[in-house]
Amino acid sequence: MAWHEIVRDVLKRHTVNLVTYVPDNVLRPLIDGVEADAFFTAFACTREEEALGIVAGAWMGGRRGILLMQTSGFATLPNAIASLAVPFQIPVVMMVSERGTLGEFNIGQSLVARTMRPVLDALAVEHHTMTRLDEAEFILDRSLVQAYATMAPVCFILSPLLTGGKVFAK
Amino acid sequence: MSALSNHPVSRDQAKVMNRFEVTRRLIGLLRHDEAVVGGIGYTNFDLWAASALPGGGRRGPNFYMLGSMGLAVPIALGVALAQPGRRVFALEGDGSILMQLGSLATVAARGVRNLCIVIMDNGAYQITGGQETAAGQGADIAGIARASGLRQSAWAADEDAFAELAGRALTEDGPWLIGCRIDGGKPVDTTERDPARIRDQFMRGLGVR
Repeated sequence: MAWHEIVRDVLKRHTVNLVTYVPDNVLRPLIDGVEADAFFTAFACTREEEALGIVAGAWMGGRRGILLMQTSGFATLPNAIASLAVPFQIPVVMMVSERGTLGEFNIGQSLVARTMRPVLDALAVEHHTMTRLDEAEFILDRSLVQAYATMAPVCFILSPLLTGGKVFAK
Repeated sequence: MSALSNHPVSRDQAKVMNRFEVTRRLIGLLRHDEAVVGGIGYTNFDLWAASALPGGGRRGPNFYMLGSMGLAVPIALGVALAQPGRRVFALEGDGSILMQLGSLATVAARGVRNLCIVIMDNGAYQITGGQETAAGQGADIAGIARASGLRQSAWAADEDAFAELAGRALTEDGPWLIGCRIDGGKPVDTTERDPARIRDQFMRGLGVR
């Protein structure tokens, strides 16, 4: 199975059926997969903060969700994570398509990417960088169990090693 | 829009009301089970104040933000998507919604029937010293909402008109947006800043736990 099929299936198994996203090229097969599957409600949001707020509200209402974004979008989230998800103990599940490394061609992406892990570490948010297909299911499955059991946000970082990333084309 | 033709389409046609009084009227119209999400600042202070129950205690299914400025509408949309059978209200200030105008378009695109947004517009960032917002300089939030696809969006001409609009939002399909012009009155109380407790009481009020 491809990485995005594994993600889709693990989300299903954990009844994570609301997907909010700001689109990204690497995420496209996952977005296409969940949009084609009636199990999921998936839609684009105007900002990542908005996508986070929707997932947070849905969980308080008894529905599990995930937000998908790319690295630069994550960089807009520290305030929402620090003032909503963490203090209110809301298990917001985040998935970031990693830009800015392993062949990045946009200097802005390569700079903003360096803020992502320090922000997650500063807020003590559990995060995993997914690099290998054979580890993907284990990381996702166990981390979703932990997020909901401990009511803590979690962030999955999809490395170009897993997804192929975005390839520089002149 | 014809259904709302008796309500003002423009901010300058709306009476300046008092935030606590408007919030008290809204809470008075609710039964016990509607969810109410209060944005930061005085909007949620007066929600807190208006939700005190006569016999002590406080209305359960209220959520009080303690930061994350601008996210009252997205949080309320999430609740509405999780519980389509429950009416959900988002109370948000003009400064706050101006930070997240895109959420109005998202609500419109989702077409959620059980969501009503109430904007408390005093044209100022009141809690930080009264600096003027763009709304105070002419931006018309109900108009922006209509242009974002929220067709059922109007200003409350006065307190009775607000009660009529809120009553319709309780019984007729949304999404709704009600603009309320409010004065610079101080809030009546201050929300307790205990996020874990706020979240737990909200979830209990929603029957999730």
